[in-house]
Amino acid sequence: MIFSDAILFAFGLIDVGAVLFLLIYFIITLSDLECDYLNAQQCCSKLNFWVVPKIAAQGVFNLFLLMHGRWLLCFINLPMTAWLIYELVTVPMGNTGVYDPTEIHNRGQLKKHMRDCMVYLGFYLVIFFIYLYCMIISILQGNPIKGHDEYATEF
Amino acid sequence: MDPQAGPPPGMPPFSGPARPPMTLPNGQPPWVQQQQFSAPPVNGHHNQQQQQMRPPQSGPYPPPPGVNGPPPFMNGPQKPPPQFQNARPSPVPVDSPNRNSPLMMGTNKDVPGPFSGPPQSQAGFQPRPPITMQQPFPNSQSPFPGQGPPPPGVGSQGPPYLQGGPPRPPLNLGGPMQAPPMGMPPFSGPASPPQAPPGANIQYTSPSGPPSFSNPNQPPTSMPYTSTPSAPPAAPLNQPVAISSANYGSALPTPASYSTPAMHQQTPAPQQQPVAQQAPPMANRYPPQNSAQSPVYPSQQTARSPVFPQPTTKSMDGLTTQMGSMSVTQQGFNRLWGNMETYDLMQMRNILPPTKVEAPRVNLQHSFVDAQNCSPDIFRCTVTKIPETKSILDKSRLPLGILIHPFKDLSQLPVIQCNTIVRCRACRTYINPFVYFIDHRRWKCNICFRVNELPDEFQYDPVSKTYGEPTRRPEVRSATIEFIAPSEYMVRPPQPAVYLFVLEVSRAAVDTGYLKLVCDILLEELDNLPGDSRTQIGFITYDSAIHFYELAEDAQQPHMMVVGDIDDIFLPCPENLLVNLHEDFELVRDLLAELPNKFQGNPEPSSALGAALQASFKLMGSTGGRVTVFQVTLPSLGPGALQPRTSGGSKDASPLLNPAIDFYKRLALECSAQQVAVDLFLLNSQTADLATISGIARFSGGCINHFPDFHAASKLHSEQLTRCFRRYLTRKIGLEAVMRVRCTRGLAIHTFHGNFFVRSTDLLSLPNVSPDSGFGMQLAIEENLSDMQNVCLQAALLYTSSKGERRIRVHTLCLPIASNISEVIASADQQCIVGLLTKMAVDRSQSSSLSDAREAFINVAVDVLSTFRATQNMGGAGSGLLAPHSLRLLPLYIVALLRHPAFRASSNVRIDDRVYAMCQFKSLPLDSLMQSVFPDLYPLHCLTDEGALEIEGKVIPQPPRLHLSAEKLDSRGLFLIDTGDSLIIYVLRNINPALCRVLLGANSFEAIPDVMTELPVLDNQDSERMRAFVNYLKEIKPYPPPLQIIREDSKYRSRFMQYLLEDRSESSLSYYEFLQHLKTQVK
Repeated sequence: MIFSDAILFAFGLIDVGAVLFLLIYFIITLSDLECDYLNAQQCCSKLNFWVVPKIAAQGVFNLFLLMHGRWLLCFINLPMTAWLIYELVTVPMGNTGVYDPTEIHNRGQLKKHMRDCMVYLGFYLVIFFIYLYCMIISILQGNPIKGHDEYATEF
Repeated sequence: MDPQAGPPPGMPPFSGPARPPMTLPNGQPPWVQQQQFSAPPVNGHHNQQQQQMRPPQSGPYPPPPGVNGPPPFMNGPQKPPPQFQNARPSPVPVDSPNRNSPLMMGTNKDVPGPFSGPPQSQAGFQPRPPITMQQPFPNSQSPFPGQGPPPPGVGSQGPPYLQGGPPRPPLNLGGPMQAPPMGMPPFSGPASPPQAPPGANIQYTSPSGPPSFSNPNQPPTSMPYTSTPSAPPAAPLNQPVAISSANYGSALPTPASYSTPAMHQQTPAPQQQPVAQQAPPMANRYPPQNSAQSPVYPSQQTARSPVFPQPTTKSMDGLTTQMGSMSVTQQGFNRLWGNMETYDLMQMRNILPPTKVEAPRVNLQHSFVDAQNCSPDIFRCTVTKIPETKSILDKSRLPLGILIHPFKDLSQLPVIQCNTIVRCRACRTYINPFVYFIDHRRWKCNICFRVNELPDEFQYDPVSKTYGEPTRRPEVRSATIEFIAPSEYMVRPPQPAVYLFVLEVSRAAVDTGYLKLVCDILLEELDNLPGDSRTQIGFITYDSAIHFYELAEDAQQPHMMVVGDIDDIFLPCPENLLVNLHEDFELVRDLLAELPNKFQGNPEPSSALGAALQASFKLMGSTGGRVTVFQVTLPSLGPGALQPRTSGGSKDASPLLNPAIDFYKRLALECSAQQVAVDLFLLNSQTADLATISGIARFSGGCINHFPDFHAASKLHSEQLTRCFRRYLTRKIGLEAVMRVRCTRGLAIHTFHGNFFVRSTDLLSLPNVSPDSGFGMQLAIEENLSDMQNVCLQAALLYTSSKGERRIRVHTLCLPIASNISEVIASADQQCIVGLLTKMAVDRSQSSSLSDAREAFINVAVDVLSTFRATQNMGGAGSGLLAPHSLRLLPLYIVALLRHPAFRASSNVRIDDRVYAMCQFKSLPLDSLMQSVFPDLYPLHCLTDEGALEIEGKVIPQPPRLHLSAEKLDSRGLFLIDTGDSLIIYVLRNINPALCRVLLGANSFEAIPDVMTELPVLDNQDSERMRAFVNYLKEIKPYPPPLQIIREDSKYRSRFMQYLLEDRSESSLSYYEFLQHLKTQVK
């Protein structure tokens, strides 16, 4: 499943864009909880639902980067993927998920989650523009419509 | 609309931030004041007791005392109340009238408050020595007569000071710097009789000490215990004498103060005299008017000492030398900063006060000096002065938090019914005694500082029936108050009390015989279940299937329906599973009578707890209510089935402290949303994975009761279950409750402890609330508080009573601000700190590991003592381990905590016992918690009427509490240990046969039966005294714990010996060794 660079990054842009929207949703939901517009149970069940899709989006694109030999970008993404998986794996057995309604108000967890989301948001914003740049470059460098052979002969 | 009121249907719009203004229905009677007596039927006496312990809350206020002469510290809000300033003779004119002021009359009798000298003695309490200068705040200006007792034990330290008070420098000036510590044996010596611990005493005995041993009144060979006419129990045996230097020396520069040694010379006690003469200067702190009464105390002292002739002057040496080593400047400096007296822990053998350790008083500024703060039994903060900034708090190394016991049974509670409950428009705070009245029409909220209007109704004073004085309303007079809530506080009609009993009937469960016991108790108590005419009841039993009982009104007998499909549970019939208790009373009785026989010999081994709980949830979901689950085995079938877990040989058991699956937690949250609480009674003998199944109770606001190895054949077990269950059935219940704690801007609650679900930032959802559950919260200082004079915390509990009434109980606590570390440390509340620490440690051991939690305990002690040392600016002064008065018991409690089953390092604590202990720490109210951490040990062989309480005409002796060390056990005596959930009387080998006969009805030690669970009723005064005392201990508890009488040579002796927490055990240090360890760590 090897795409041309332009398609790869176009996919990356959509992927990261989706994650960005998801993160904004996370932040909105968490701040709703913070201001009491939502109760902890609703909030956590909403958020937990999207935890795995978020990891999948990140992991899948990381895999694509690996397959396409984009080592640098892959390494940039790898810590994030690892962290997200670590976060999911280390959830105690008795908790309902990364966001646990019984603990989210304890020990400043809500603040911690909020901070995490902000960090993710920053990270994905940067990544988004990197992908955008890469996509534009790759479009400028070659016509993605052209076949592989032609592409290769240019160099 | 109230945002959080929206989604869950059962949720009352308690106090949303954006609540619309309440409407004022007209034509109602303004409001009615009621006195609510919420006495549970089981222990009326208990309430009686409480009544005495609480000042009259709705009574007329006495005029604010001390108007003409506020004590020095009142004038300077920045100054901490220095302990000895108060004792200064100058404010005497202020002091003396106040001590007799009517304010004091409401003081509880058994809190030996220093402020209530005369009334106390009238009440039959041991006449307190008039010499109250050791009290940190003897100025009776305080408006909280009964609520804020003095810091623990302070009051009782009078006499030792008196005997061995800090000798004036001339005596030993230039003496050795420290008392020689090498002579001091570890505390955990063999059980040497206190009469003659020769090695132990040498070091403590000051030059004048010996008289206390060679007391002519008390030849040690005679039987001292019963013959002693007066062994005042509440008296300090040889309580802390090691007042360190610092403040004492400088306390009274007034030369006049040296002129009252006369009172000591009146001391009739032969063995006291030399001591008194040696240290006459102590008298200087006694206001002159007191000296007339002073002889009373010394004489008591005399009479008492023979019983426990422990060295009374033990730390005189250390004291003297410390005094000598302190420079006058240093002392002056310390005094200036209000440092309290300090204690050298290494020197003090008897640091435990003989009376109950009381909560420190909260001293508010002048403006609120006559406002009544919330009782420390209900609402307590770890410090009685909130640090001004976060950095001060961090530097003081104290945990900041509150403990609340919101639904405590109160004997007297002002209940108000009014059209408008006056609350702040912005933050929804209820009006309370600590608001500011700008004028008669407006008040300023003390939480958010918004200025609010007062409704007209509020101008009316119902007591005097006059208008125009809003400050006389009960809301403004009492910090604990209950409102009858109008309909705005309901999202649905108040639910009826609904009780569902879910009983396991698998083979193992039936074998324990619990079913019969429980059904019998239930039969007896059916009439006493709290509720009204709508009360509903239902039953489910389960083994590998779920059995429902249809109690149709027209049916002749209960009809059992079995649902075997446990993976997808459904209700076999839509109605009649929960029935009205009163309409179907006969059927319920039939069922209860029949149930135990029905499952006799049931061969089914497995238990489908998860399915039974799901069924209960389905059954109760529409109404809410209480589910009572009796579980005996590990749930092994259907949803929520568990595998037995083992630690796999690893020493770290922390994974076992956490749940294995999230089924029970999820279900609990669903229950919580539907106002269903699940209470768990666990009677297992094999592991039942309490860590996992406790989730169902912990997050639904339920309670957990654990009876390990239960078997109904054992009298002890059945008695324990019977009493606990009886109390459980009959105690008050609050349904569909929510609790919110508000605090002044700048403070924030960041962690909650207890059994509940935190629904939104500060709203606790409590489907049920019981009078036996306590809560803890940790606070953070988020903003600088320096522009405030005090901060307020308000806990409001909105609940539906069993009578279908919606009520709001509001507790308000107001605390002053401290601006430096010394003040904060001086104001610490050691018991509350321990209470909060245990909760934090439970979290720590679950999230990290047990050894982390243990380490954290030790670090707390090290940090606190190090900080204290740093604030003392003592440089390299001495080898002692100094502790402030406010935290002097902390190391002792921490030693006890490290030995508690919850945190014990040894691996022979069963995991369920450990988890249960942890759950208890999370949810017990502070007084029970402290008792389980540090049980009370009393000598029973020397009960006298001296200092006895008098309750309902009965005289209840109050023996002194002893340190939990074998050293304190006299081989000729008998001792009672009170752990809160059990009472154990331990009879030692050399007990005098006469005493044995008089107290236990046995002719000799050998004749005492092996198993004794009751005190024989013997017709003699000593036996009567002992029974009065033991019964008193039973009555002041939520339910009377079972009593065991154990002989020294019995095989059960370890039941008693395990509580000797200060002695060394195979896996832990003794108290003294722990202190030595601390000393090496404290820098």
